[in-house]
Amino acid sequence: MSSETISGPILTSDGIPLKVSLRKAEKRNKIRAFLLVLPLLAFILITFIIPIGDMLSRSVDDRYINTVFPKTFEVFKKWDKQDLPPEEVYETMFFEINAAKGYKIGKSSTRMNYSKSGWKSLIKKSQRKFKRIKEGPYKEQMIEIDKRWGDPLYWKALGEMVDPTTMGYYLNAVDLKYDSNKEIIAQPENRRIYNHTWIKTFKVSLLVTLFTLMLGYPIAYLLATLPLKYSNLLMICVLLPFWTSLLVRTVAWMIILQQNGVFNNLMVIAGLIADENRWKLMYNETGTIIVMTQILLPFMVLPLYSVMKTISPSYMKAALNLGASPLHAFWKVYMPNSLPGISAGGLLVFIIAIGYFITPELVGGKDGQMIGNWIAYHLKTTLNWGLCAALGSILLAVMLVFYWVYNKIIGVENIKLG
Amino acid sequence: MSEKDSFVKFENVDKSYDGESLVVKGLNLDIPQGEFLTMLGPSGSGKTTTLMMLAGFETPTSGEIYLGGEPISSIPPYKRGIGMVFQNYALFPHMTVNENLAFPLEVRKLEKSEVDEKVHKALSMVELQDFGTRMPLQLSGGQQQRVALARALVFQPRLVLMDEPLGALDKKLREQMQYEIKHIHENIGITVVYVTHDQSEALTMSNRIAVFNDGKIQQISTPDVLYEKPDNSFVAQFIGENNQIKGKVKSMNGKNCVVETDNGDEIVSLKININSVGETSLLSLRPERVWVNVNEKNYENNFEAKVEELIYLGDHVRTRVKVCGNDQFIVKIPNSSDHSDLKEGATVKLSWKAGDTRALDFKA
Repeated sequence: MSSETISGPILTSDGIPLKVSLRKAEKRNKIRAFLLVLPLLAFILITFIIPIGDMLSRSVDDRYINTVFPKTFEVFKKWDKQDLPPEEVYETMFFEINAAKGYKIGKSSTRMNYSKSGWKSLIKKSQRKFKRIKEGPYKEQMIEIDKRWGDPLYWKALGEMVDPTTMGYYLNAVDLKYDSNKEIIAQPENRRIYNHTWIKTFKVSLLVTLFTLMLGYPIAYLLATLPLKYSNLLMICVLLPFWTSLLVRTVAWMIILQQNGVFNNLMVIAGLIADENRWKLMYNETGTIIVMTQILLPFMVLPLYSVMKTISPSYMKAALNLGASPLHAFWKVYMPNSLPGISAGGLLVFIIAIGYFITPELVGGKDGQMIGNWIAYHLKTTLNWGLCAALGSILLAVMLVFYWVYNKIIGVENIKLG
Repeated sequence: MSEKDSFVKFENVDKSYDGESLVVKGLNLDIPQGEFLTMLGPSGSGKTTTLMMLAGFETPTSGEIYLGGEPISSIPPYKRGIGMVFQNYALFPHMTVNENLAFPLEVRKLEKSEVDEKVHKALSMVELQDFGTRMPLQLSGGQQQRVALARALVFQPRLVLMDEPLGALDKKLREQMQYEIKHIHENIGITVVYVTHDQSEALTMSNRIAVFNDGKIQQISTPDVLYEKPDNSFVAQFIGENNQIKGKVKSMNGKNCVVETDNGDEIVSLKININSVGETSLLSLRPERVWVNVNEKNYENNFEAKVEELIYLGDHVRTRVKVCGNDQFIVKIPNSSDHSDLKEGATVKLSWKAGDTRALDFKA
């Protein structure tokens, strides 16, 4: 090191040694910085990036069934989709069903059932009865075992699984599907559930954002303007819900809102509503909105507060002094300056609300379910992870779109969270 | 008193925030139209509170404030029509300079063309015509200050208040802005009430200065009178540099008195703020009114002094000496060849006139 510094000044005339030694010095810093963030980076990679990547791929992945019926699909492609498939298709199908292991065929038939319900039971039944078939031709014998083998609709439904990727899950997530010719059509009326839920999810999220803003703005203003000893107390009141379990708070709301709950009882006692006309405040959309508003309120108040704290009180004074009425001064001077807080809080609350699950699950009833509840349902009950992934990806995409729009209009650098 | 002489009038105004202590105590103040009045005082002296009461952001606890003969305590700030320049300018950061200036005009529902014209005129006045479309944060401190000034004047208020408007500027810019504000005041003849804790700023700009301390006006007068004839020891000490000598009044004679210091020296001085023989007085004497090694006959007070410290300041030598038992006594000696033999530790003869020495109150 010392020999370098001595020879340094002589060699720097051509500029290289200085850069080299600088790079050497900086390299150590870079390595140190990298090592410092490495644990977090690894954690995020394992728990966040990889699962999200996996989710995204699952939403279009259709490879599995191709590994179970590779030859069938190969010969299937040659079929002209008129009438019934040729004997060759029946033959390969017969052998591949027989060859497949139990769980493999189960998983595949579940996938086939998404395209055309009935496939699963057809395969199950066939698996048992195929033992009777000793030799070909197989077509007639298979149709004899189950008439559905002779129904072209079942065969055509396989068409959408031939490719290793599928848009089927995404179509399903917005109440569309492939018909037997792989054309995109709307789901039948009685099977449309998601579009309605998407709209409800946005509606509830927007309303919750609006209500938290309406309730949170005055509180944040007080927090930012009151003397410290009062504002500290108020801040604790705002943060207290933060320190209480989400579940506890939701259950507490159930006690308050149910038809024989605290709120309705008080209203009946006060004579404001008749005993037989108790308000339905829970197990519907109203309940979801009320409880989510309360739970998400701190996420609105805190960004608002941190922005309002930076607005000098002299702005309002100046506006009043220049002749603006208090309302005008607020609207033209204070509000525009609090806009970064409004948008940060709004974005935060909206993004959290749009993917909310626990509260709608507990207080939403049938009417107050959001898209998150469907994701959970398919994840745990139907095990249709492809659909889960598609719903989740759409949710993620919507959030990114909102973020992008926000960035275009207001600019992300204007977000102030604290 | 005619309305012109008391355009702004404070009548027995008290202000308390906590109900236990008064921030402003029994304030009486008349400001004639067109005057540049500065409220000068240390922080916590009540000067800003007084200004805020005039602007309408604080209400007097008792007493009344009149503007143009009308009591204004019950008028909200936005109906008072008083312009104000704030300490940190308070330019609206989300509006351009033009929009900032148009704000008070649009509030008053002026025609668009009239607004544009007045905005342009006001910007020209502060020489910022080309900066109308900038945002305030794109301007330097001095430019922001001028925009704030233009905004306070653009709607032609009857009165302009300024709350330490130059506090955030560096020294050179501050001095330049002092002259600019003074000239704008002279040109448009508006009444200005200015608050500052910087005495040189007050001396430079004001027609009259009200020196505040402890919630009261200690003295209100023109800058020269305040400097040369302070009424009490606070004013003497607060404005300019000042030598203070503590002593007991030994005798009084007409407008003069004799004060005996702790070490027995007797100083002849003007009797200003003392009432009786025997009370303690603080003598006030400006450093530039003390002479070194001059003919004793012309001066009532002549004492030997020991030079403690010399500070070379170019045009003069600031000399700290020990005289009459006071070793913090400052003399400003002009830099001339007569005084080249001054050395630390040397003994010199100091002389000053009784007329330059003011016997003031002593507050323990």
